[in-house]
Amino acid sequence: MIYLQVLANGVVLGGLYAAIAVGFSLVWGVLNIINMLHGSFIVLGAYVAFFAYGLFGLHPFLAAPIAGAILFAIGYSLQSTVINRVIRAPVLMTLTLTFGLDLLLNNAMLLAFKADYRKVVLDPPLGSMFFGPIVLPLDRVAVMALALLLTYGLYRLLRDSKMGRAIISVRMDREAAALMGVDVMRMQAITFGIGAFMAGAAGSLLSIIYPISPLNSMTFLGKAFVVCVIGGLGSVGGAIVGGIALGLIESFAALWFGPEYTVPLSFALLVAFLAVRPTGLLGRRGYE
Amino acid sequence: MRTAIILVIGAALFAALLLLGSNYAIRFATIFAMYATLALSWNFIGGLAGYPSFATAAFFGLGSYASAILQSSGIPMLMAWPIGGLFTAIFAAVIGLAILHLKGHYFAIASLALVEFLRELVNINDQLTGGGMGLNLPVAHAGVTQQALFFLAAMLAVTIVTLLAAVVVSRRKIGFALRCIQQNEDAAIMLGVNARRYKAAAFTLSALFPGVAGGIYASWVHYIDPSDVFDILLSVKPLVMVLLGGLGTLFGPVIGAAVFLVLEEAVWRSFLTVHAAVLGLLIVALVLFLPNGLMAIGRRRWRASQA
Repeated sequence: MIYLQVLANGVVLGGLYAAIAVGFSLVWGVLNIINMLHGSFIVLGAYVAFFAYGLFGLHPFLAAPIAGAILFAIGYSLQSTVINRVIRAPVLMTLTLTFGLDLLLNNAMLLAFKADYRKVVLDPPLGSMFFGPIVLPLDRVAVMALALLLTYGLYRLLRDSKMGRAIISVRMDREAAALMGVDVMRMQAITFGIGAFMAGAAGSLLSIIYPISPLNSMTFLGKAFVVCVIGGLGSVGGAIVGGIALGLIESFAALWFGPEYTVPLSFALLVAFLAVRPTGLLGRRGYE
Repeated sequence: MRTAIILVIGAALFAALLLLGSNYAIRFATIFAMYATLALSWNFIGGLAGYPSFATAAFFGLGSYASAILQSSGIPMLMAWPIGGLFTAIFAAVIGLAILHLKGHYFAIASLALVEFLRELVNINDQLTGGGMGLNLPVAHAGVTQQALFFLAAMLAVTIVTLLAAVVVSRRKIGFALRCIQQNEDAAIMLGVNARRYKAAAFTLSALFPGVAGGIYASWVHYIDPSDVFDILLSVKPLVMVLLGGLGTLFGPVIGAAVFLVLEEAVWRSFLTVHAAVLGLLIVALVLFLPNGLMAIGRRRWRASQA
């Protein structure tokens, strides 16, 4: 019976991980940039929700689009003013650049919000739901559902909208896209903005589950790495499959070996996947 | 020639600094030697072979823990350092088999993950490593200044050995092979360069010296904990130094380390609460405006004056 419970926990946790990773995956897949800012973006989104709830009583679920919009603006301007300049440089340069930007943003957050751990405490709390013998905390289930909804929205945007098609064309072939009249630089800025939007919205949703502190950004970033590598890069499906796989692995590892083993195991798995199957479970795909 | 002049001036400044003899100067010089070692080591894999490794912190931390644990089981310090370094090098050689076939982003992520993996491993094996509580190292019974000078000498010795290794590598076939791999790995393989072997050698070298330096660092500061020696900044700083000094050059990493350390020291002194942001700003400016390093400015001027 405990296996069913752990399985359910793992799937829910996986939904959260998918939300953490999907923006990171989009930026890596389309722009070929490992965005070290992603963790800090999530934390910033969580702060938006924290203050929106504290000051205006706005529910974090409603704050998510606002946090996303703020982060979109930050991401868009960062890409168009700074990152676009070196977008074709080797990974060493782009990764180091985003790392430097992350040092800046994280330091700014530390100064503005201090390192204290905070949390959005909902009043009244959401409680739990029961499926026979399985108990699930309702806040996690709701966050997972909303995160998946958001991810589905991104998928539709990329598939059905003209802008989404333009983004995909940049991913497939930058030169050909430019020849077809796509404003590549602008699309790159929009893509980075969307990645930041997803991070901000995810952070806002997660603020009711995880404690909020600038010190947490590396944890989120690490999860995004693992999810992207396990699931396979550059597709919404990959982020979801990778997220759920990681959620299940962590839950069962916690059951069998103890919770302290989940993080080293997930990083060992990352290296193992890269060594054996670098394209991830789903393989490298587009958003076709 | 220009590099030689800069090095001579640098060595003179360094000697002057030591003659001042204050413990602060000695500490400063020891950190410089450590940074130069890390930068020179990273240059083997990152500069010569062109593989974006972020694993330096993993090697530094592994070396410091290996040496600390060896010492706590009774091995004398002077033996623990090289054994710790060798252990780190062997670890890198084995891991290299698994990840050196990866390119670009995937290699970068894998090497970053090594740091996180080892840090967490050290955190959970608390019976061996003390976990998050860290490890204390034996304190020698000697005067403060004598000790400081001793560790400076040890760190400088490692720096010099690393520099010699860099000179040897760049003059031998392996240096040529690594540069070929950096320019076009497929073409190099087609021409019969055993890319796999040379990359493994470069990766191992990039681990050996940081491993030894980590051991010396641990004995020097008497206390290590996972977040200190597996700090991701220890991976990023060396490559920033190499970028400052010039990728794939022989003495660039040493010059870069000196420039970086002076900047860092100035920033630490005056802007303690925003030092991370200032470091971030430095990195951003470096990538945007000086991707070929400080020496490139000089070279441009030099050429302009010749023309």
